[in-house]
This record gives sequence, structure tokens and C-alpha cells, in this order.
Amino acid sequence: MKERVGVFEIGLVRGLIGMVLGVLIGLGLVSAIRALLGLPVWHAEAAWVVGGLFGTIGFMLAIGVMRDWIKWALGEETPDFPEADPRFQGWAKYLSVSYDHKVIGIQYGVTSLIVICIAGLFALIFRTELIAPGIQFLQPQDYNTIMTLHGIVMIGGMLLGVGAMSNYLVPLLIGANDMAFPRLNAFSFWINVPAVILLLGTLFMGGLETGWTGYPPLSARAPLGTQWFLLGVYFIGFSSIFGALNIIATVMKLRARGMTYFRMPIFVWTAAATALIALTATQLIGLSFQLVMFERLFGMAFFEPAKGGNPILFQHLFWFYSHPAVYVFVLTGLGVISELLPVFARKPLFGYRWVALSSFGIALVGFFVWAHHMFTSGMEPYLRVPFMYSTLLVAVPTGVKFFSWVATIWEGKLSFETPMLFVLGAISIFLLGGLSGPPNGVVATDLHLQDTYWIVGHFHATMFGGFLFPFLAAIYYWFPKMTGRMYNETLGKIHFYLMLPAFYVQSLGQLQVGLLGMRRRIADYDPALQIEFTHLLITVAGYVIALSLLIALINFAYSAVRGKVVTENVWRSRSPEWTLLPSPIPAHNYPTPIEVVGEPYDYGLAGAVYARTASAVPTRKEGEAALPSDAAAAPAD
Amino acid sequence: MSTQAGVSSSYREKLAINRLGLWLFILSDSFVFGGLLVSRFYLLGTQSRPHLDQLVGFVVTVLLLTSSFFMNRAEIAIAHGDRKAFLRNTAITLVLGVAFLIGVVGVEWQIAPFGPADGAAASIFYTLTGFHAFHVLTGVLFLAVVLRNGLRGHYSPERHWAVEAAAVYWHFVDVVWIFFYPALYLIGTPLP
Repeated sequence: MKERVGVFEIGLVRGLIGMVLGVLIGLGLVSAIRALLGLPVWHAEAAWVVGGLFGTIGFMLAIGVMRDWIKWALGEETPDFPEADPRFQGWAKYLSVSYDHKVIGIQYGVTSLIVICIAGLFALIFRTELIAPGIQFLQPQDYNTIMTLHGIVMIGGMLLGVGAMSNYLVPLLIGANDMAFPRLNAFSFWINVPAVILLLGTLFMGGLETGWTGYPPLSARAPLGTQWFLLGVYFIGFSSIFGALNIIATVMKLRARGMTYFRMPIFVWTAAATALIALTATQLIGLSFQLVMFERLFGMAFFEPAKGGNPILFQHLFWFYSHPAVYVFVLTGLGVISELLPVFARKPLFGYRWVALSSFGIALVGFFVWAHHMFTSGMEPYLRVPFMYSTLLVAVPTGVKFFSWVATIWEGKLSFETPMLFVLGAISIFLLGGLSGPPNGVVATDLHLQDTYWIVGHFHATMFGGFLFPFLAAIYYWFPKMTGRMYNETLGKIHFYLMLPAFYVQSLGQLQVGLLGMRRRIADYDPALQIEFTHLLITVAGYVIALSLLIALINFAYSAVRGKVVTENVWRSRSPEWTLLPSPIPAHNYPTPIEVVGEPYDYGLAGAVYARTASAVPTRKEGEAALPSDAAAAPAD
Repeated sequence: MSTQAGVSSSYREKLAINRLGLWLFILSDSFVFGGLLVSRFYLLGTQSRPHLDQLVGFVVTVLLLTSSFFMNRAEIAIAHGDRKAFLRNTAITLVLGVAFLIGVVGVEWQIAPFGPADGAAASIFYTLTGFHAFHVLTGVLFLAVVLRNGLRGHYSPERHWAVEAAAVYWHFVDVVWIFFYPALYLIGTPLP
């Protein structure tokens, strides 16, 4: 029965071939048009931009993720629930287009880990350079490229990680069988692959020296690689926007019967708040990068003061997304913390409603803080104080979350398995990230701290505490659900006890050298600062973090194949994906609809039920509206 | 069309989800145009605008706004099962959309006394009209698909989501122009 799948049938292989062909067609097309117009045939900027664009389209066409949309345009019918080719099993399933949100979630997750490791290797390279003052082995130009790529590739990896968690978990947690738009979901994942290839391709196109922020006028003049950097980020933006659209539609329309908004798990709240940011604000980084692209291609003058442009405009557009982007990474992680704490404390989550609303509080305030990145940029000075206050306001909803976590832990029956360790680690690190934040948000201190390693330390503390530790906690926690096998607890604990202290050394070291005058983003520093030893410590800590992640990857890979088979509710969770479904979960999740009859976090309360199979209730009659909005959807006559 | 009841129940649920998805997309897309408008006023202020041909601007605006009327007629017609009127009005919308594109890209871009590299006002003009024209172009392609499938008898009063989506998208692109037209042609005095 089981047919062998040829290598060239695997989606990823087809996609890569399509990408190469697309790039070649793009290069040829530009050259041909220029030849017809009588211009010099080779124009590197235009050729590689169109090449990158066509390469991405080629990848998406060849992998077949847009097949059904093309059929719709041709007026052909497709099944209501798209199915992947059933011949693809095991590895082939994950390397090809699948419309199952769980497969897509795991695709996101594995890609995320790979991309994060690549970005981490970049960090190790330039951290090694920084062990001593002077130039050791990295020339400043290469240092800039590696440092920039560490930043932007890591951001891509984090967005993929966010996609992994929200895609895998949201439908399961709300009792849905898939996302609202499965085809769009597959599209949102796969567009990341050519995008990351474009980002890494910059290495071979002269690099880029702008830092991940890509500020003009430097980015308007930097080497050719900048174009693929702009293009790659642009396509990752596609993924964010369409993924977010899908999450919001799923949460609004596909919740199980009885799951009112205030009975949704906190993770769903945070995923929705995250999606609201990603859906709207992402457009502005896309726009700002496109404008730089046009400036380079057509000589436009948006950010060129000599021609009436203004580089500050770029910073406004850029930070309108890129500050909220931090909340995109962090909110999802904070959702994981709130989700897992009650399970391991065996107690209800403290202040459920406040925690639920605090996510939207952070998301909404986050739209009005962007200019705190620009206090020293030459922006209008009167904007400083309002943005300082709005920035400090973020501490209020964030504080709500902290109080809830502490109160949930209070007098709980804690147990310390690996996911719980990572949750507790995340809370402590995020506290460091949070407390090192206000000095940057206050104008007076920020004028001193701007562009120092203090900012680097602050940012890495928020990202480790707000994203990486919760992401790892989520992987360990849902690992038995995803694979049907248990990870190795000892290796998990070793991972944690290596990573946490190493992280503290790294981040506190960064904060310290920053206060002592170490500038960020530079390959060299003055020996007179006497920060060599701290730099050495930071670098060693970086290697320890890499080692601990390596242990984790080995653990995941080995356990997914050889781990102990587990089928039961490992963590005694009350969530429906643990109580009502086997591990691993079959396609289309819940065989019969579920209904929600209680509160999500009533741990330790006797007789409390959250979700159950809805077979007892009468199913909806034909033609009867499920939701009020469906009634409005009826034809006009 | 299978059994009537089976179609309406699941189709209506799907329709509600599709509608939400389309409006979320429009919300998202409006941030691009918002960002472009912000850029225009940030760089040029309210006292100046690019030097453009008023007649061309007026004519293309009339073309686009009129097209929305016919788009609406087309949607109403298919909802009432009047296939002929649906096809006629879709075709008129399509033609008006193409005429708008010719007016902007084929005429205004060619007769403008500056190229895209000639300063901030020129960059703003080409980028704003370019982004908008790209959206009109996608709308025209969408309408062409709807027209083709409509000619093959694909839509019915109960099932015409594609027509509805094309119409909503078309109106959205129209509304964007209602903001762009004054921003480019009316506010401030033309730069030399």
C-alpha cells in the first residue's frame, strides 16, 4: 500500500528548484527589458531585486501551496477541507505542503529552531571577535554583516517560533478542527523559507552593514546585499500578516460551543493580541523597507535630505512596527507562562480577567510608544515627553501579569519538571528585562544609555525571558502531545541549569559594559575601558548557551524517535487537547465537537470541569444560525 | 449545487468566516495607505503638493468613482439573479478601471514635468499613485476572473462570494483614492 515518494515529489525540493528558476527568470527578464530599451544590459540592483521577487514566487508556485487558489480563479471546485497528498508520510509530510495546522505548527517550530541556531552561530562568531580589543579575525565590514544578520535572522526565527506556538495551539485550545483558512496558513508558513534564503543570501551579495534596523541614509548606500535583506524582511512580513489574519478569524469564528471570550485560555488571548499587532503594524515596516528599496532602485528621495527627504520619517515608519514587534515575540511567551503556571502550581490562575485584558492593554499601548527609540535621533523635542509617559505606561499591564504569576505561585503545590523550570526561569529573566527597561524609556537617562551595550543587555533579557524560555517551556510541555513520546527529563534539566546561569552572566555583563561606555554594534573597543574580562565572560556564556541548546536539540531529536511512548495526560492538565484527545493528535483534531462548561484554570477545585465532548447536547439543526453573525450572512432575499 | 439545505448551512458559516477575513485584510491594507499619507504630509506639509495636471486628475477620479457605482449594480444584480445585468455592469466596471489605469500610468506619469528621482514631491507622487495603481490592477484582474467565471455561469443569487469580495475590494480601493486625490491634487500649492 505504502508507495515510495520520489525526491522530486517532495515539496521543499520542488520549491528550491522553483526558486532557482525564478531567480534566473528574474535576472533574465530585467536584462532583456533593459536590452530592449537600449540601456546597459546588466544592472545589478534591479536584476537581483526582481530575481529575488521572482525566486520567491517561483518557490511558492513550485511547492504548490497556491494550487487551490489558482483552481478557484479558473472556476474549479476544491474540497471544503484541503488535504495533503496521503502518500506523504513521516519526513516527507513535514517537507511538503500540508494543510493540517498541527503539521504546519511543527514545520514552523522546527524551522524556527534551525533559524535561531543559525542566528546564534552568527552571534558566536562576532562574540569571539569581541573577546579582546582590536581586530582579531573579523574585518569591520564582515563584523557588520554578521552582526546585522544575527539580529534580523534571529527576529525571523522568533517570528517563526511565535507562528509555531499559535498555529499548533490556538485551534486545539479553542476546540476547533483547524484554522479558519488552512490554505492561507500553509502559504504563511512556506513564504518564510524563500524569505530566510534571501536573508542568508545577503552574505554572498556583498553583505550589509546597516544593523537590523536598516536606517537610511546608510541603507540607501550600503552594498547590494541590503536589497535582499529588505526583500527577505518584506516576505517574512507577508507571513506575519496572513498568519495574524488567520488567528483572529479562527479565534472569533471557530471557538467551541460554550467558550465565551472570558472562558478562553490565556494563551488564546495573547495570540489574538499578538495577531492584532502583527496584522496592522507589520504593514509599516514593509512600507518603510519598500521606500528604501525604491530609493535605491529609482533614485527616489524620501530619506535624502539633499533632495527634500527626511531620514527621520523612516525611523517613525520603522519603529511603528518594530517596537510593537517586540510585543509580538513577548506576548505569546507571556501567554505560555500564564498557561503553564496553574498546571504546575495546581491552583487557579490569579485574576484571570485582568490577565486576559492585560495582553490587549500591552498591545494597544504598544502602538503609541514607538518614538522612544528616537529620543536622540533629532526628532522634534516636544515628542519626547509624551512618548516617555506612554512607554512607562506599558509597565502597568505588564505588572498585572507579574502580580498574577506571583499570586498564582503563592501557596501552590509546585512541582519542578523541565517546562516549569523554564517558566520560572522566564519569569525571573523577564523581570530583569523589565527592570532594565524604564531607564531607557526615561528621556534623561536614555540620552546616556542610547546605543550602548546596556540596550543590548535589556533587549536580550526581554527576548530570553519573554520569548526564548517560554518557547522552550512550550516545546517541552507539548512535546508528548506533538510526538506521542516523552523527552528525556535529565537532559532537559541539564539544559535548563546550563542555560539560566549562562544567560544571567551574559545579560548582566552586557548591562555592565554598557554602563561603562561600551557602544553597541562596533567591532573594536578602547582597552582603557577595562572591560575585556567582562567581554570574555559574555562570550563564554554565549558558548554555554549554545552548548545547552545543542543538548536540547539532541534531546528533542532522539526523544521524538526513541523516547518513552506516552499516551496519558502527562501534566494532569485540564485543557481539552490533553483531556479529550490522544497523543499524537489525529488529523482534524476533535472527532466530535466539544463544549465548554466551566472555567479554564480551576485547578485543585473538586468537581470542576472545563471542557467535555458535546455528544450529550443536541447538535445544531440544519439552517439554524450558530452565531448571530451567520444570520446576517443569509442571502438578501 | 447539491441539496439546498446542505449548501446553505455550511456555506453560510464559511461565508461569515470569509467576510471576516476580507475585512481583516482591508484593515491591514489600510495601514499601508495610512503610512503613505503620513509620509506625504511629513515630507511636504499642508502648504505644498506635486505639480500635476488638474484635468487628468479630475477625469481619472470621475472614472474611478463612477466605476464603484457599476460595481455595486453588478453585485445587486447577481444577488437578484439577473445574470445579464451582472455581466454588463461587471464589464463596465472593468473597462472604467482599465481607463483609470491608463489615465494615471499612461497619461499622468508620462506628462508629469518630473521623473521619480526629482525630489521628495516627485517620489511621493510616483509612490502613492504607484501603490494605488497596483491595487487597482489587482482589482481589475480580480474582476476579469469574476467576469470570465460569470460568463461560464458560475455564480448564483445564493453563491457569489467571489463577486461580493471583488466588490468590497473595489470599493476599498476607491475609498483610498478619495483620500489620495486631495492629498496629491488639492491640498497646498503646486511646487515649481
